[in-house]
Formats: sequence, structure tokens, C-alpha cells
Amino acid sequence: MLCASGRLLAARAETSLFAPPGGRGPALRFPRRELHFPGQLNPPLWDSLTGRLTRHNASPHRRVILKWGRMQPAVGRGLAGSELRLRKSRCGSRAARSVGRDGAIQATARSPKPPRRSSRRFEEVGRQALLALVTLLSFATRFHRLDQPPHVCWDETHFGKMGSYYINRTFFFDVHPPLGKMLIGLAGYLSGYDGTFLFQKPGDKYEHHSYMGMRGFCAFLGSWLVPFAYLIVLDLSKSLPAALLTAALLIFDTGCLTLSQYILLDPILMFFIMAAMLSMVKYNSYANRPFSAPWWFWLILTGISLTGALGVKFVGLFIILQVGLNTIADLWHLFGDLSLSLVTVGKHLMARILCLIVLPLVLYMAIFAVHIMVLNKSGPGDGFFSSAFQARLSGNNLHNASIPEHLAYGSVITVKNLRMAIGYLHSHRHLYPEGFGARQQQVTTYLHKDYNNLWIIKKYNTDSDPLDPSFPVEFVRHGDIIRLEHKETARNLHSHYHEAPLTRKHYQVTGYGINGTGDSNDFWRIEVVNRKFGNRIKVLRSRIRLIHLVTGCVLGSSGKILPKWGWEQLEVTCTPYLKQTLNSIWNVEDHINPKLPNISLDVLQPTFPEILLESHMVMIWGNNGLKPKDNDFTSKPWHWPINYQGLRFSGANDTDFRVYLLGNPVIWWLNLVSIALYLISRSIIAIAMQRGAQLSTKVEELTRVLLQGGGQVLLGWMLHYFPFFLMGRILYFHHYFPAMLFSSMLTGILWDTLLRLFAGGLASSSLAKSVHATGILILILGTAYSFYLFHPLAYGMVGPLAQDPKSPMAGLRWLESWEF
Amino acid sequence: MLGFLKRPIVVTAEVNLNMVSLTVASLLSRLWCLSYPRAVVFDEVYYGPFISFYMNRVFFLDDSGPPLGHMLLALGGYLGGFDGNFLWNRIGAEYTKNVPVWALRLLPALAGALSVPMGYQIVSELRFSHCAAIGAALLLLIENALITQSRLMQLESLLIFFNFLAVLSYLKFFNVQKHSTRYMGIFTYLLVLCVAAIHAWHLIGDQTLSNVRVLCHVFARAVALVVLPAVLYLLCFYVHLTLLYRSGPHDRIMSSAFQASLEGGLARITQGQPLEVAFGSQVTLKNVFGKPLPCWLHSHQNTYPIIYENGRGSSHQQQVTCYPFKDINNWWVIKDPERHQLVVSNPPKPVRHGDVVQLVHGMTTRFLNTHDVAAPLSLHAQEVSCYVDYNISMPAQNLWRLDIVNRQSDRDTWKTILSTVRFVHLNTSAVLKLSGAHLPEWGFRQLEVVGEKLSRGQHESMAWNVEEHHYRTSQEQRGQELELHTPMKANFSLNLSFMARFLELQWRMLTLQSEEAEHRYSSTPLDWVTLDSNIPYWLNPRSSAQIHLLGNLVIWASASMATATYVLLFLWYLLRRQRDIHDLPEDVWQRWVLAGALCGGGWAVNYLPFFLMEKTLFLYHYLPALAFQLLLLPLVLQHTWDHLCRTQVQRGVFSALVVTWYSAACHVSNMLRPLTYGDRPLSPGELLALHWRDSWDILIRKP
Repeated sequence: MLCASGRLLAARAETSLFAPPGGRGPALRFPRRELHFPGQLNPPLWDSLTGRLTRHNASPHRRVILKWGRMQPAVGRGLAGSELRLRKSRCGSRAARSVGRDGAIQATARSPKPPRRSSRRFEEVGRQALLALVTLLSFATRFHRLDQPPHVCWDETHFGKMGSYYINRTFFFDVHPPLGKMLIGLAGYLSGYDGTFLFQKPGDKYEHHSYMGMRGFCAFLGSWLVPFAYLIVLDLSKSLPAALLTAALLIFDTGCLTLSQYILLDPILMFFIMAAMLSMVKYNSYANRPFSAPWWFWLILTGISLTGALGVKFVGLFIILQVGLNTIADLWHLFGDLSLSLVTVGKHLMARILCLIVLPLVLYMAIFAVHIMVLNKSGPGDGFFSSAFQARLSGNNLHNASIPEHLAYGSVITVKNLRMAIGYLHSHRHLYPEGFGARQQQVTTYLHKDYNNLWIIKKYNTDSDPLDPSFPVEFVRHGDIIRLEHKETARNLHSHYHEAPLTRKHYQVTGYGINGTGDSNDFWRIEVVNRKFGNRIKVLRSRIRLIHLVTGCVLGSSGKILPKWGWEQLEVTCTPYLKQTLNSIWNVEDHINPKLPNISLDVLQPTFPEILLESHMVMIWGNNGLKPKDNDFTSKPWHWPINYQGLRFSGANDTDFRVYLLGNPVIWWLNLVSIALYLISRSIIAIAMQRGAQLSTKVEELTRVLLQGGGQVLLGWMLHYFPFFLMGRILYFHHYFPAMLFSSMLTGILWDTLLRLFAGGLASSSLAKSVHATGILILILGTAYSFYLFHPLAYGMVGPLAQDPKSPMAGLRWLESWEF
Repeated sequence: MLGFLKRPIVVTAEVNLNMVSLTVASLLSRLWCLSYPRAVVFDEVYYGPFISFYMNRVFFLDDSGPPLGHMLLALGGYLGGFDGNFLWNRIGAEYTKNVPVWALRLLPALAGALSVPMGYQIVSELRFSHCAAIGAALLLLIENALITQSRLMQLESLLIFFNFLAVLSYLKFFNVQKHSTRYMGIFTYLLVLCVAAIHAWHLIGDQTLSNVRVLCHVFARAVALVVLPAVLYLLCFYVHLTLLYRSGPHDRIMSSAFQASLEGGLARITQGQPLEVAFGSQVTLKNVFGKPLPCWLHSHQNTYPIIYENGRGSSHQQQVTCYPFKDINNWWVIKDPERHQLVVSNPPKPVRHGDVVQLVHGMTTRFLNTHDVAAPLSLHAQEVSCYVDYNISMPAQNLWRLDIVNRQSDRDTWKTILSTVRFVHLNTSAVLKLSGAHLPEWGFRQLEVVGEKLSRGQHESMAWNVEEHHYRTSQEQRGQELELHTPMKANFSLNLSFMARFLELQWRMLTLQSEEAEHRYSSTPLDWVTLDSNIPYWLNPRSSAQIHLLGNLVIWASASMATATYVLLFLWYLLRRQRDIHDLPEDVWQRWVLAGALCGGGWAVNYLPFFLMEKTLFLYHYLPALAFQLLLLPLVLQHTWDHLCRTQVQRGVFSALVVTWYSAACHVSNMLRPLTYGDRPLSPGELLALHWRDSWDILIRKP
């Protein structure tokens, strides 16, 4: 509905000869239009065009000023590109002054003369100064008390630890792509952190370890969010007050502040998201000068920032989606512009593909290449990866190992499930308890290396020792019927028509027989997936299935955790469903056979694309594995925008140093109201325009800012928020912060435009101007005051909890669910 | 006055013989030998019990969709005089005499048969030629999978029927009445809603209409498309809940209040029990969340093991668990800490929000207690026990503050069944909670109950309600409960409004976790397009006659190709239009887009959502999508003939190809007929000849 209205509106805007979305200057567009409408010039359209052109030609700003009154709308789209700058600057400084002092407004109001050259330069300087001021405030708030508390807070325990892994070059596994942690590690390394701190649990004191480098780095990136948002809003709305309001919302939000002050991935992620958004907006604004140097610069920067966002967390996909949608819309307009030849459109397309697809892909792979090169020592992440992968980690027992290549009878082997994190086929001297099938020895899968993972391959019909040197070596071939004997207990892998302990539709798998003598239920057919009969079976590389001869079922692991009696290992079953899933495919990992020559495992090393693919599979699996428990309270996406509950970063009791991640409620609720207000005003405008209401030029300018600039930001908010409703994984409050940035930008644009619209309806223009200025000022001061109230949440507090009147937060616990 | 007599009375009838013959043919194909086989065929075993429940008026819960479909099936049973007495236990079981098989299968078959003329109508309403319309209808007529599915007690044919009805009604610009038999129906509904919204948007833009008129138009559409379906949906549930008033096997997962509103079951116990819980009341406490199992707060003589398997110690006090069965050990007495008696005073002193209470286990007379010892399985939470005084320095901490969650005022009294309460421990402010973990052997695999220290927000697993409730008056009459005469007697069947019952039922249906999802004949959405799998529905126990859900390969392949062709052509035209090259006249283009939006869109919305679903999927889930694809196919053919074949020769060749293709489809359909109707036994050789794909499961008896 919204999108539809947006599109229709855009179409309208085009026919009424305004600049298309993204602020392409009309100077270039006019001739195109002439080409476009040669045959079907309807008189009013042409009139308005010529009218505007003459007005433009005659005396641009004077005429406009006379017509529009002394209060300049900040939106300067109807004029030529060179004009844009001038008017933007003037309006900017005015608004700045209006924000500063009412007297200034009076002064300007009394002098309708166009500004002279010197004053323009002065205003340019003023604008830069404002940007500098905003940036400075942002840095000041973020770096204030950065060293407090001097202990591990919340997820620092993960990301700090992972930074240390990079410094120590040990391999680990995480559900997020590596860039963020790599940067943290780099920051730590450069600032003299030696990677020796353990980051065991939140609350551990840092003591002599240098942690400020890592925190400082995160705060540094987090501080840039404010100027970025300021510039984005400035570009989208061409209005300084809107940009200032947005900046104030972000500077004074305790949540953004808290999240930027610790060793976390979020400030890095948000930095890249906002950088991508900013560069996208910038390259859109250069659309009238395609293929110029700044255009290329911003386009390439967009691509780089997208890689950065995706490289930190998969949430980066949302901003990629946004840039993608924007690019598609952009290309679609270019394609529909008949004044451009197809070759030119092709060039545009190629430029996008190169900068937004090829470049990010190359960079992304480069990140992984660095990640894999740096982490070359065996560490806690080994078990999650395939045997072939582990062979490249020094310290892993597969590293530089050499084992026989083909499986032969009498070989001692370990069998690993191909599915991630299932582990090795395992058995031990414990029986299935009463009520769980036959009371025979348990067979499970186990994630760690163990003697009980060893099995001996034997022929099904003879019991002679195949390792007897008098026999020739006989290789196991695809389709052979074998018996697997557990080395430690000398029982055979066995299955029968009893139901499995947890998966009731499958058959139970047990260890059966004494000293290798069992029955015909111990016979399995070994098959290699996608191979011809009679082929030998390769270590590590062959994907094998074991099919039970009597029942015809396939050996697999259900991945379910057995209760205490099964030592919380995973269930092994024999599944009668013959569909090929990874759960029922295995490979041979260790292989001991003294009669066979060893080969070096290096020949089996995976190639880089294989490593890349495997890492991603493991990460996706890991993310899916983070499921919330049914009976626990979990954060739901609908909690977030209403600021329902925060996160304890540090401390809980009144004697602790407490930091609580919670959005500044004034700002967040303002954002919430703004979204509703935006949707309402947008619908009203859309319906009014669809009904053909005649808007004055001024109002039309403002509504276009609202619809196009606001629309982009709203899209960003939706893309960064709604997908979470579909996610099955466990969610946290801080997942909302990227969406919150967009929501704050929307608030800035909305209130500025609404105030202008409202003030525009007033009789006197000086009154209008002061109403607008006062409104913005009230909003900014209000947020600043609320920050003063809530700042202990972010900067930390000691002392009684909020119920106590002596607490720093006394009377501020507006919701029962806030925990401070 | 009698002026009308001056003119002759003329009745002009217009009979579309196409429609009539199509209807007759489709009725024949669907109704022929309908009551054969007289045995349970595949999913009849799933839907059958629901029919029996309706016949017996017993409450049930099915998460596969709103009850309209089930109700229609049951309507067939009702009309056929089915008494509901049949044990639907396995596929292939012979029906007994009392099961009116023909009547039960009649409604789905009729729905399936009527879809054929409706397909014809839809294509004509899309303003394509009658040839195309007949083509669509003929495809629907001979598609084997559609025939099989509509001849059995299953819901797909009803779903297709209502989908078509919705599209057709919208096209005819009548008020759309969209029913949904399954939740898949909602996607078609949303599609129609979108199309309607776009049309309405154009209407708003039509400046020749006055504001008032537009408002009326929009309002009428909103009523027809939003309000009416919502009302019908509610109505459907209303009928459902009115029909099913007896308690049955699915009660357990519903809340106590809901159960008490059903006849028999819990209501028999709770009817007339005192409403307000007083000090001295005997109660059973049910956990409101009830997951993984609905259960009651329970305790028994056994104590926590001194040392757990992992070497950690416990308090060794009496176990407190949550037990999923009714048991004498589920009874607790609410005691006033100030008084010693375990009886209700006269007049009873009701317990209010914020009161401090002690909970005394009825059988062991020990006090519910929690302390700073880690719980057996949830280490972050506190152990809850019944206090045993071992005379060590571990004092009893058995005071709980009552917190009524759904209170109206802060002095609200605690009401049986209706009040949802939390018990907050006075010393540690831990909240009594069902952790959801199963205790090991020593705890008899009952569910663990813990004291959650940090109350991280409200969760239903912390909430409890009183289910059974007695007043006990004096100590002399210990053992036999005598009820005081109180004016506040509970009558819960009147207490629960329809909306409350509807909302609860709806919520449970949406959150019910279906059990293990693995079936021999389940398949994935990707298998469907290529018809990689089939489902053997039934095998004659004596001969090799068998019924399969098996599509017509020629039709499936060409339908998919047509969809792909449509998409490619659409993109091609769209790109060219953007460059201002108009290949098609504007009205043809509009028609082409609308046809694609409804038929292609119908396919997409009925197919793509399955990729996101985690439940067990079967080939028959694809049939609604296929039906839409079959409508699109003749449209693409006609478009090709009209606009892509330029010369007479091309048109001739194309027509010949179409005729050949259709004969091939008919031939294939005829070859598969024995598997569709299962009417004659096939020799192993014939069966092997039909085994066209390795992945198909054709049942061949070994001699």
C-alpha cells in the first residue's frame, strides 16, 4: 500500500516536471523531458514548464523569495544544481541561527536582500562548524568515562575473547563473519594488548591488561554514527534543523551511547551500515553527473561499506537489500529515460555490478582469506569443522598426519557424521535403560576424540584376523557387506526392529555380541554416495552410507541429545526412510592399518572455495542452533520499539557498578509516535494527491521531502526491523539498534517537515518562522534534558536501586519491566 | 392497473452448453464409483476422527486449519446418517456398515467437480476466448491428481473450490466471500485483497467521481473484503464451538477455564465448587503455560538425591515437581501463616492479591519452600522443595506472596480457575516456575519446578491457576470434605464468552507444535514441480488394484513451462514498455497483467510459502497451486496464438502442436487411470510399465 502510493506519487512528480527521486538536478532533465513528450504536450504542463523556466531564467532567488515569502523552505529542488548549494547554505545557516537565538530570526526577517558573497562564505563556514560541533559532541559523549567499568561487561566476554584469539592465532568458531572480531583484534594488537586476558565471564577485572584500545576503537566507530546520520538527513531533506534534530536524538540516546562504549560488534556493524547509507545517498545526489570522480568515489565507497556490514554480522544483508532496491529503482528509471542510449544504460548497469556486486564479493572473500590465514593454530573451534578442514590447523592431530588412503579389512577407523556438530560414531560399556528398546550396549555419537570412537572393519562371514600378515591386504569396496566391531568392547554395530530411544519411528542401534560374534543383524552394506559398485573407499573424501542388511534401514544420527543415562551424547538410529540427508552420511576420519602405506593428508586439503562454503554452512547451522527455550522469557521484536526491557551490561545489585542498556525513553517513544504520525500523514498526502488535490508549490516541495527522503529512511527501518519477526533464533534487545538509527532519522525529517507545513499555514511569515524554530528547539532541548535524567544508565551508577528515593534513577523507572 | 398484462410474459433462457457438458463430464469423472474402495484411504485416517468427533459432539483441536473444512466433511456424514462409530486406526481398514462412505466423500467430490466449470468461468471472466476457457476446464477435468484427491475425504478439493470461488466472485465484481478451509486459503485471500486494493486505488484516482461516491465505494469494498470474511470466519468458529460441547481427548492442552466450559470432563468436577479461594482451601494448581506438558504442582515422599550424578549436592528435602496426571499428591492447602488450622473458618476468609500464604502439601503436610540452593537441572534457578527439618542450619523459608496477574483491582480475591496467579517468595523474591525440563530417574521423569530468581518479565510458565477446589471445615471431619454453604458458586460454562473461547482456541491452534515431522511419503516443495514423488494412497489387500496420488506428467511439465513462459514474456514486455515500445495494445496488456496476477499470483502464493514451513509436507499440498497453473496454461497458449504467431502458417502449425499436445495429455491420463481410480487389478508387468520414474513408489507384490 505504502510502496504503491510512493511509486504512484513518484510517477506524478515526474509528470509535473520535478526532479525524480534522489535529487537529480533538473538542469539536465529538462531537455530529456522535451524529448520525452514531443507529441503529447498538454498545454498546462508546458505552461508550467515554461513558466518555471522563465522564472528561473529571470532572477532565480529573488523571484522565489518574493513568491514564497521570507521564510525560505529549506527544500531547494526546483532550481538548477548550482543554485542548490547556494540556497542550501543560506537556509542552513539561518536555521542554525534560528536554533541559536530568536533575535537572529528577527534580524534576517527584516532583511530580505539576497546574501552577499562574504556572508555566503560565512555561512559555509558556519555549516562546517555545526558539523564539527555535532561530531565533537558525539565523540565527547562516547569517550566520556570510557574506561568505566574496568571489568568485562556483557558480550565483551565473547568478542574480547575472540579478539584475543586473533592475536594468539588460534582457530575458533563463531556464528558471525570475521571482520568485526578481526578489527577488534587488530585494535587490541596496535594498542599493546597481548591477548593474554582470558575474558572468562562478565565481571572479571581487567587489572593490568590493556583494554582501552579495543573499547576506544569501538567508541571511535560508534561516534561516527551521529555525523553520518546528520549528513544523510541533510542530504535527504536539505534542511539543517532536521539534521540537527536527528543528531540530537542520537547523541542523547543512552542506548546508542551504551552500545558504542564496549567491545562489541554492534558499533562496528552500525558504522558500516550508516556509511553504506551515507555513500548511497551521496552517489544518488551526484546522479546528474554520472561517471564523474565523486560519483565513482561514493559508489565504490558504498560497495566497500556493504562488505564491511556483511563482514561483521549477517544483519548486514538488510542494508545490502536496501541499497539493492534503491539501485534497481534507479536503473529502472535510467532504463525508462529514452534520452539515454542503451549503451549508456549498459554502462550504468556495469558500473553498479562492478562496484556493488563484484567489488564487495572480492573484498568479502579477502576478509575470509585473511581470517583463515591468521588463524592457523588448532583451538576450540576445530570440532565444528570437517576432518579435511582440521588438517590445516597446526596442533590438530590431523595436521601433517599421514594415514593409509584406502579402507581395507582389519583397519581401525573412526567414523564421523557429515552433518555439522554431530560427531563420531561412539559406543561405551553402558546399556540402554529399561523401557528404551532392548537392553543392549548404547551406541551414540560423540563430539570429541575418544578411544571409544574406534571401530574395526571386518568381513561379515569370517572371524579370522585380517591383520595376520599371511593374508593379502583386501580393500573394502563400495557395496561390500561388512561388520563393524567396537574396538574397546568387542561388540558389533547392531540394529533390529525395536524403536529407537527418542525417535520412535526409527530402529534402535546397539552394540551386540561377545568378542565379535553376533548374529545376522550385525551385517551392514557399505555404500559410497554417487559412486559405482566395486570402487575402493577413500579416507576423508568418500561419503559413505551404512545400510542394515536385514531391515534395510540406514545408519544415521537424529541429532537429539540423549538424557543423563546416555551421558548427553547424541542418539544414533537406523532410519527406514531412505531419503539422503546429511544425518545418514558419514566419512572415515582416522584410519590405522599397519599393512598399508601411509599418504600425507596434505593432498586432501580443501581448496579456498570449499573452506569458504564450509565456514558459511557452519555459521548458518550455528545461527539456527541458537533457539530460545520454551519456558524462558525471551525478548520479542515487538518489545523493542516500545523500549519494553533493556539489557544488564554490568552489575545487578545496589553495591555493584551498574550499566543498563536501555534506550532513552523520551527519544524512543518520540520515534514510535513519529512512525505512526509519518504513516498517517503519508496516507493522507497520498490519497489527497490521488484525488487530484491542488497543492501549493511550497507544500508540494515539503511533501516530496516527506515522501521520498522519509520513504527511504522508513524503508531502512522496515528492512532492519521486520525480518526479525520471521527469525527463529533467540533475539536480543540490541538487535533493534540499526533500525533505531533509521527511525531517528525519520523523526528528524518528519518533525521538521510537519512544523514547516504547520507554520506555513500561519498568516505571518515571521510568526511561522519562529513557530518552526521554537518547535525544533523544544524537541532538541527536551531530548537533552531527558539525557541528563537518564545518563546514569549509560555512564554507570552505584547506589540503591530505583525504588529508593536516594537512587540516581529515583522516580525514573517508568515501566515495571525496566531493571534498575 | 393490470397494464402488465398487456405485454406477453417472456422467459429468455440462455444455456451455455459448454458449461453444461463440462459440468456433466466432471461430475461423472468425480462421482463414478465414489464409494469404492470401502476402506480407509490415506489421509482419511487423519480426517476421519474429526468427523466422528463432530458426530459425537466431542471437542477437538486440529492445527491444520480453521474448522470449516472439517465441518463440511462432517456435514456429509450428518446427511448420510453417520453415527460416528468407527475406529479410524489404520489405512486400508474396511469400513463397517454404519459408515456412509458415499455421503462422506460426496462434498469433496462435488467441490472438485464444480471447480472445472468454475475454471471455465474464470478464464472467460478474464476476457480470454472460449477456446482458452474450454482448454483450462479440460485440463482441470483430466488431471489425475485432482481427480484422486477430490474423490476422497480430504480437504484440498474444497480449498481449490473456495480459491476459485474467491477469484471468480471478485472477477464478477460481486462481493467476495472468502472462506478458508486451511490456513493456506489465507494467501489466496491476501492476493485477492491486494488486487482489490490496487483497483480501489485506481478508483480513488478517478477524479470524475465525487468524494462521497469514492468513499462509498471504498467502504463497500472494505466491508465485502475485510469485514465480511472476518465475520464469516468467526461464524465458522461459533458453529464449531457450539457443535462441540462435550469434553474429549484434546481438552488437556486447553486452559482450565476452557475445559470447564465443556460438558463432562473437568466441568463435572468444577461445577458448583466454591469460587473464591479462602485460607484453608484445598486446591490443585495447574501451570498456565503447560509446556512441554500440561501439569499440576505436585510433591511426594521422595527427596532430592543428596548428590546428583554430576557430583553437585542438593538440600535432600522433599521433591516438588509438576505432574501431568491427576493424582492425590497434587492437592495443596492454602494456609494463613498467622493461624494454625488447616481448615476454612466460618465465614471463609478469602485470599486477596498481595496476601502472604503458605502452601501445605495435602498428603505429607509439608510446606512449600525454596532457598538458595541451585535447582537440579536449571542451575541458575533456586531449588523448590517441601521443607523437611533436618535440624541443620537451614531454616524453613515457606512464605509466599500471592500475585494475581489478571487482577481488576489491588484487593481482588483469588478465584478458582479464573485467576492467574504467581507465587513470589518472600525471602528471596524468587517466583515459582515450571522450567520445562524432565527430571531424571530419581524424579520419575516428572517436570522440574524451580524458583526463578531474576524475574525477567512475565512468562506464562510462572503463572498458575486453581483447578479443583474444596473448602474443608473442621479438623474432626478430616478426610471427608464438607462444603460450606456459600453464595459464590462457580458456573464456568456461562462465565467464558465466545470471544474468549475463540481467542484461546485460535491461539492454541497457531502455537501447537506438531509432533515429529517425518513420513515415508513426505516430500519437499522442490519435488512437486517436477513430480518427483507420488503417494501410494491405498492397496487392495487381495489384488494389486491400487490408488496413487500421481499427476499427469505431460500436464505438470507443460504447466510449469507455461508459468516460466509467462514470467519471461511479462518481463520482456515490461522492459520494452519502459523503453516506450508498446508491443501489445493497452487493453490486451491490462488483461495479460490481470490474468498473470490472479493465475500466476495464485500459483505463487499457494506454492512459495511452503518453502518457509517446517511441517511435514506432501505432494497434495501442491494441488491448489497446480490448479491455478492450469488456468494460466491456456492463457499463455492463446496469447502465443494471438500475438506471437504472425503468419497463417505459424498459426496452423501452432494449432496442430496444441492438438497433439492435448491428445498426449489425454493419453497419459488414460494410462494412469487405473492408479487414479484403483478400479482394476494390474499385473506386475503393467505396473512396471507405469513405473516411469525411479523415484515413484509403485507397489508391486512379489509373487
